[in-house]
Amino acid sequence: MEQSKLQEILKAGSLEEILGTAVPYPKEIELKGELTKDMVEELSRIKGEPEWMLRHRLRALELFYKLPMPKWVVGVEELDLEGLVLYSKPEIGNEVRDWDDLPENIRRTFERLNIPEIEKKFLSGLTAVFDSESVYSKLKEEFEKKGIIMIPMEEAVKRYPNLVKKYFGRVFPAGEHKFSALHHALWSGGVFVYVPKGVRIPFPVEAFFVIGSALEGQFEHTLLVADEGSYIHFIEGCSAPMYKGFSFHDGMVEIYAHKNATVKFTTIQNWSRNVINFNNKRAIIEENAYVEWIEGSIGSKITYTYPSSILKGEGARTAQYVVSLSNGPFLKDTGAKTIHLAPNTSSKIVSKSISANGGINIYRGLVRILKGAKNSTSTVSCDSLILDEKSKAYTYPHNQIDEPTASIIHEATTGKLGEDKLFYMNSRGIGEEEAKSLIVLGFISEILEGLPFEYVEVLKRVIELEFSEVGGVG
Amino acid sequence: MNMLKVEDLHVKIMDKEILRGITLSIGEGELHVVMGPNGSGKSTLALTIAGHPRYKVVKGRILFEGEDITEMKPEERAKKGIFLSFQHPVEVEGVKVIQFLQRMLKNLRGIDEVEAYEIIFNAVEELGLDSSVLSRELNVGFSGGERKKLEMLQAYLVKPKLLILDEPDSGVDVDSLKVIAGIIDRLHREGTSILLITHYGRILEYLNAQRVHVLKDGKLVASGGIELVKVIEEKGFAAVEEYGAV
Ligand SMILES: Nc1ncnc2c1ncn2[C@@H]1O[C@H](COP(=O)(O)OP(=O)(O)O)[C@@H](O)[C@H]1O
Ligand SMILES: [Mg+2]
Repeated sequence: MEQSKLQEILKAGSLEEILGTAVPYPKEIELKGELTKDMVEELSRIKGEPEWMLRHRLRALELFYKLPMPKWVVGVEELDLEGLVLYSKPEIGNEVRDWDDLPENIRRTFERLNIPEIEKKFLSGLTAVFDSESVYSKLKEEFEKKGIIMIPMEEAVKRYPNLVKKYFGRVFPAGEHKFSALHHALWSGGVFVYVPKGVRIPFPVEAFFVIGSALEGQFEHTLLVADEGSYIHFIEGCSAPMYKGFSFHDGMVEIYAHKNATVKFTTIQNWSRNVINFNNKRAIIEENAYVEWIEGSIGSKITYTYPSSILKGEGARTAQYVVSLSNGPFLKDTGAKTIHLAPNTSSKIVSKSISANGGINIYRGLVRILKGAKNSTSTVSCDSLILDEKSKAYTYPHNQIDEPTASIIHEATTGKLGEDKLFYMNSRGIGEEEAKSLIVLGFISEILEGLPFEYVEVLKRVIELEFSEVGGVG
Repeated sequence: MNMLKVEDLHVKIMDKEILRGITLSIGEGELHVVMGPNGSGKSTLALTIAGHPRYKVVKGRILFEGEDITEMKPEERAKKGIFLSFQHPVEVEGVKVIQFLQRMLKNLRGIDEVEAYEIIFNAVEELGLDSSVLSRELNVGFSGGERKKLEMLQAYLVKPKLLILDEPDSGVDVDSLKVIAGIIDRLHREGTSILLITHYGRILEYLNAQRVHVLKDGKLVASGGIELVKVIEEKGFAAVEEYGAV
């Protein structure tokens, strides 16, 4: 039965069973060593890019050399870029029209995660990225006919240069910081999505990212343009098998929501615990448009992610839901940024962090309301759940309001799983691990409610495994 | 055979000895009452029998159906058939009552979620409780009476062999008291052995108690029949000390 894969995941006895262990696979091209102009030129040549994109990369590389390491970044001492494969193209047959056209090992990786089945049942389209390349990308025919574009980023650069040029690097410029510069110099893989005026995509589209081996860098670029009055829900999933050594992810998402458009962008990140994860996510939101971020960080060794919304047009709205789990010796440095530029804009930030078994969560938030953004409102709530004495949560909210008619509400709570709460659960036959996963799932239930059923089921299982005795190691 | 046997139990919290040699046994199907002034150690006794890790047994032991459970984890004790109705049930944010009860029934009685759902709704109706509590978060913002009634619903669902009730009657109004006493009596008639901690004699009017024990400063100072309750109510705890522990 088709059903079996989901059932298998729900019955999995350990996280390792879900994530899998890395197996060697043939690679067509690898670029590694010192990050030089030559390497970037070589990358661009391999991709057969137009000149303007090569120039874009080289400008970004210059910025990378010049920019200092951000002060708030810790844990990147281990990050020796020269030791990483910065571009890795797995060996894939010529034309991939279907899952069956992919090499077995790669196909299996996605099957293990139930991706093909979810695609069939729930999605309007799917792009799968393995290492540095999009290996599969398909939009259901009915949506293609409506003029929706969903293709690998590289292909978009060639086929729709004018459309891409208009947005690429304009929402999240290379010069923002060292890692955005690095990203723009080396970007590879990812997806370009364009939703035409007034078109609404009823089911989500998904991009799924896998880093197949250790000592790799992944720099995929997602650009999503929602034209006036359109609607799209984009889901981003990330996974990596367990391996020795670490890998580095420095991805970017740029969203442009035109007037009256609605974009929901959901990320469920469950990298294996060897990945250092750096995200650059930003949306520009025009008049009366709405962008909702759900940023769920479960896996990785270290994660830095702060989805950002720029409320550019009057009446623009955004909601940012940030959920971070640090279970074990891991760090999640997450948060949200919102800039109100226009009148009557509103933002809502909900952060929920869970720290257990020595895990650390840091929330960094920024809300800026500029002068002239009249009657704008913002609500920020940061809840931390700390499951034991060894674990920690810090919150650094920062609000800057230059408009006298604007208002901001900020709330923060810290919950602890005290001895008495745990004992109460124990006395009803619910052991420590089960009690923790129940409390964690309850803590984030408000956010889970917004996700499709199959994702919620898998997430619940992953969280249960996190707190079972065999799981939560990596 | 005794359902519960507590032998020369000494219990410490941090470095303070709270229980200083308690001996007590409850036969199958019996209902025993424990009374005593505030701070005498009644809750400590209840929580120790249920296995709270904060309460360290430094001497003596606890036998349940003849088995030594002194070192057993609380969830294991619950699975053996011990249920504690808390004096102060804690709030557990995020966890829905219905979901919690389903989990409890699965773990303690091996009932799957779907069947449990039905059992829970039937029980709520049977006991005349308000089903709206089921969709609330566990004990969060509950009044005293709501909390105590939820404890009773749980006990009724679990059908334990030994039910320990820590002041099920405090902080509840007269109507709730009747409901609560009714559930206790029902479980008692169905064969559950009960250790009932209470401050007031009131609830006993609805129940058929066999014995009364009086606790003071961590020691049992009197044990006797139900008539002790009247003496306590009229003359205070000091008056019963002359009865002595039996
Ligand atoms: N968590 C605790 N930490 C320190 N002392 C405690 C704690 N719980 C109870 N005690 C002490 O133990 C004694 C008995 O308390 P308790 O068992 O709650 O009494 P009762 O239920 O009879 O009112 C009291 O002196 C109380 O102060
Ligand atoms: Mg008490």
